[in-house]
Amino acid sequence: MKKEDLPQDSSALRDVTREVCYVKDDDGKYGQSLSTGWKVKADALDEAWADINDRVREAAEEVKSGKKSPVLFFMEVNIMDYPTLSGYTGFWKWTIKRHIKPSVFKKLSDKKLGKYAAAFKISVEELKRFDGGNIDKYIRK
Amino acid sequence: MEGILTNTSENNIKHIQTAHCENGVVTTLLRHHGVDFMNEPLAFGIGAGMFYVHLPFLKVNNAPAIAFRIMPGYIFRDTCKALGVKVSRKKFRSPVTARAYLDKKLEDGDPVGCQVGVFHLPYFPREYRFHFNAHNIIVHGFEDGHYIVSDPVMETLTKLTPEQLDEVRFARGPLAPNGQMYYPINVGEIDEAKLKKAIKKGIKKTTWWMTQVPMEQVGASGFNYTAKKIRKWRDQLGERRAALYLAQIVRMQEEIGTGGGGFRFIYAAFLEQAAEILGKDELIRFSEEMTKSGDLLRYNAVRMASIIKGRATAQQNFDEVADAMSEISALELKTFKELRKLRL
Repeated sequence: MKKEDLPQDSSALRDVTREVCYVKDDDGKYGQSLSTGWKVKADALDEAWADINDRVREAAEEVKSGKKSPVLFFMEVNIMDYPTLSGYTGFWKWTIKRHIKPSVFKKLSDKKLGKYAAAFKISVEELKRFDGGNIDKYIRK
Repeated sequence: MEGILTNTSENNIKHIQTAHCENGVVTTLLRHHGVDFMNEPLAFGIGAGMFYVHLPFLKVNNAPAIAFRIMPGYIFRDTCKALGVKVSRKKFRSPVTARAYLDKKLEDGDPVGCQVGVFHLPYFPREYRFHFNAHNIIVHGFEDGHYIVSDPVMETLTKLTPEQLDEVRFARGPLAPNGQMYYPINVGEIDEAKLKKAIKKGIKKTTWWMTQVPMEQVGASGFNYTAKKIRKWRDQLGERRAALYLAQIVRMQEEIGTGGGGFRFIYAAFLEQAAEILGKDELIRFSEEMTKSGDLLRYNAVRMASIIKGRATAQQNFDEVADAMSEISALELKTFKELRKLRL
């Protein structure tokens, strides 16, 4: 890539930092140059976030209709998969899958709920109370 | 917590910004210990960071796991090893011991590398904060209640409170850092002969990874493996998911930390330097081939963006992306085979 071809598009890094790219200068020698972003990769990142938000909305619907427990919703909000949530809570994957069933979730002790609440950085109350409604504050704009 | 550090003494803090965090940590730490010639491309090349792999059964963020560079930690390990630098590495069970140990090192006046998770890293924009646990930062010291942090991908120094640093050092999940910290010890004199040997070793290792691993998913042939997959995605997954998979490739290839073109431009810069240091003009040609590969990857990212944005979603568009991947596969296979044969 030539130095003059280095894109300087707007990106989520705006106001945070520019990033280093390696480009050829006029003499054909490599050096560092700073870029504010590239539309192409901003599009890719946007798409990834659109998918995350879809999953969050879908999970909220499932909580609302009583098919899944709030654990699934907050797991999606925090972009966690089973290995990650397992790491933060200490529960096995299959245990988490059980806790995602509303009937099992209802009977969980506050101690166990506390582990999820800590992983999601919310209170046990917020976790218990979540009913699938009012999800705007959890969606990234 | 008890025993908050008092301000540490000056340690000639130098913030060096690099494209990739691990290259940055190697560069900053070695330069601090007097290895003046170290820079990002050299660290990347000597540490044999150049790579490609498509892990077929693993998913990251619900999309295929693809990497354009070697496994986390290898660059630091291999660069130091090749230059004969001893490294001390420590992991911890408890954040309290981890912090105490870090503080003790900082009081000695040396910067320390720390493995951290980015999900809770407060100075990153939220859009970039996924559960990626193999990010690397340098902690330089402590001042007015904050650790002084040099994050290689940032333009300037940043800072973290002790609680914030504990949190990112003890991020959980895959590749959990467990408070891992590391720093070079015994950086001896590194003369030109040693450097030359290290460069040759790094090149050799990269050509091995890129051409000799008998698995089609690994090395230059991996691009072709991805190409085969891409041809099927639209039918298998539908347009939306297929587009998301492509978005994952673009992100792994171009997202912050690659220097553009999936690390190919950094490697081209390394080969350019290697040509000069080793006095081997032939290497310039290989540098140019790497530039070509990086450029092809960038063009392909543009194609993929068209699919992602829904401007071009026919099977033919997926095939064009796949064709370009196959072309890159052939180019890199040829280049690295020849490089492997070159007498350095």
